[in-house]
Amino acid sequence: MANVKRSPWLLHYDGSSCNGCDIEVLASLTPVYDAERFGVINTGDPMQADIFLITGGVNTQNAKTVKQLYDQMPRPKVVVAVGVCACTGGVFKDCYNILGGADTVIPVDIYVPGCAARPQAIIDGIVQAVELFEKRSKEHDEKVRSQKKGSEVA
Amino acid sequence: MGEVIHPEEKLVEIGTDQLLTKVMELKKAGYRLSQACAAYVNEKFELSYSFAEDTTYQYTTLRVVIDTDTEVPSITDIVPPAVFYENEMKELFGVKIQMISLDYNNKFYRIEAETPLGPKPDAAAEGKEA
Amino acid sequence: MGKRSVIPFGPQHPVLPEPIHIDLVIEDEKVVEAIPSVGFIHRGLESLVDKRDYNQMTYVVERTCGICSFQHGMGYCEAMEHVFGVDVPARAKYLRTIWAELGRMHSHLLWLGLLADGFGYENLFYQCWRVREKVLDMQEMTSGGRLIFSVNKVGGVIKDIEKEKLDIILKTMDEVEEELTVIKDTFLLDYSVQSRLQGVGIVTKEQAHDLGCAGPFARASGIRTDMRKLGYAAYPDLDFEPIISATGDSYARCYCRIMEIFQSIDLIRQAIGKIPNETDLFTPVKGNPDGEYFMRVEQPRGEAVYYVKASGKQYLDRFRVRTPTFANLPGLCEMLKNTQLSDVGLLVLTIDPCISCTER
Repeated sequence: MANVKRSPWLLHYDGSSCNGCDIEVLASLTPVYDAERFGVINTGDPMQADIFLITGGVNTQNAKTVKQLYDQMPRPKVVVAVGVCACTGGVFKDCYNILGGADTVIPVDIYVPGCAARPQAIIDGIVQAVELFEKRSKEHDEKVRSQKKGSEVA
Repeated sequence: MGEVIHPEEKLVEIGTDQLLTKVMELKKAGYRLSQACAAYVNEKFELSYSFAEDTTYQYTTLRVVIDTDTEVPSITDIVPPAVFYENEMKELFGVKIQMISLDYNNKFYRIEAETPLGPKPDAAAEGKEA
Repeated sequence: MGKRSVIPFGPQHPVLPEPIHIDLVIEDEKVVEAIPSVGFIHRGLESLVDKRDYNQMTYVVERTCGICSFQHGMGYCEAMEHVFGVDVPARAKYLRTIWAELGRMHSHLLWLGLLADGFGYENLFYQCWRVREKVLDMQEMTSGGRLIFSVNKVGGVIKDIEKEKLDIILKTMDEVEEELTVIKDTFLLDYSVQSRLQGVGIVTKEQAHDLGCAGPFARASGIRTDMRKLGYAAYPDLDFEPIISATGDSYARCYCRIMEIFQSIDLIRQAIGKIPNETDLFTPVKGNPDGEYFMRVEQPRGEAVYYVKASGKQYLDRFRVRTPTFANLPGLCEMLKNTQLSDVGLLVLTIDPCISCTER
């Protein structure tokens, strides 16, 4: 967690969760648990977001919405699935309208277990996401630099 | 000590033709629509329209039992908030309801499965093949 | 007449914690019509009755909604107990009442916070959520879970709350009441909050009745209805009156909910004062359910109806839950007519929408 240079922004979307994880995500951003001390901030705009927190499973209708939100986020990006429904579908796995966890439509990097996920677990997930984001941004910078060099040589 | 009200809870079975008159009677008596739902039991639809009274807490449920291909009239012209309940019945069960004031045409929940709680469409298809 | 255009609202929107989509037909800045479309969280929970037996369904029903999860479980269990014809031990009834009122407190505090955030008062939002954490701590201490705590079972409850823990709850209630008084004054007396809420989104008593509104939304319009008066759980032994307001605007809805938190504190104190000393926490049920029942429960958001139908099998024939937000949707559409576009976000919040309840 040391030496994180950037301050990534969070986007939260409620898939088809029961609300339990959503309010825990909000609770972990409010001062009692205060995930914002790790440099993240909550945003409502996918185009400015770096970390995508998704709660709840994916159903037939919101699959498109989730995919669109993910595509609108600029690269590099990290996806955190919060709660057991977002990981696998949870108790609703057998329902007719549930496709499964969030990883059925978008690549998920970090899985946070729990029903509902506890704020401590969510914060742990966010911290890991911040580290992963730092690593990915470095790789991304390298790539951009080498591409620039390549074009200068050519 | 607060007063406790033990209301009467009535379940009235009626035919499809009486539905609109009964709903009108209840509305005139000052009831509000509490809920409406369908159930698929023994290859028949059981539609329940529950009405509640806010001062006496009376609860009256109108029960209509119909075959899967019988059409029922919509009560939305008398009770406008029934629109969401009727769309739900139509989409999840496949109950045939005539003239809903705002008909979502099976796009209320926008699910892919066809009538998931009603008669299974594949069972009907198998029956046809046999 | 100005030119009409359609503006989509949601499913992903900064004021909304949950996805709902509303198509707003607007004329200049004025909303002429609002057409909701749901289905973003539709899971098909009611279909699980084929795969889970009536005891397992308790846990599924609790996950209808994470905010009022205890009351969902309670409503389902009460309905099943009517079908079985069993009586719940008195202590279990009191425990249910205490947990239900704790749930109502945390739900209303959550809503107050979101409302404050909705009109741009971020500090107040954080204050409400800070107080709410104390209530959540009580839930965690007594049951082990913060939001979803699965202590209900058909026939009673699983866990007991010991005497020491009841004392801690009483002490916390005093603290919460003191802090809440400050928050209440800010919500009800602050000039800027008043000017944002008063006279906005008026629903008259007649409209609320005709549209079948429920809960604080109906009570704010002057309808004296509270399902707790039906006398389930320990409510027959407790003294309370439904809190109503006559104006029917956003301010009235805010007033009703704040006062209901104080009412819940009072009910918890009464319940802890009267709780009987018993060791039995549940009545065992035998056999399979047979029969049907409509159970009405007063949730934080209003009247919820649980319908169970069984025919002597381990699996239910039909389970249906009609949640308060579903009943309040027609009221919301009516309320949005003739309002300014900039008020829409706030007005959607004032019915306390719980979309995952609505769509199940």
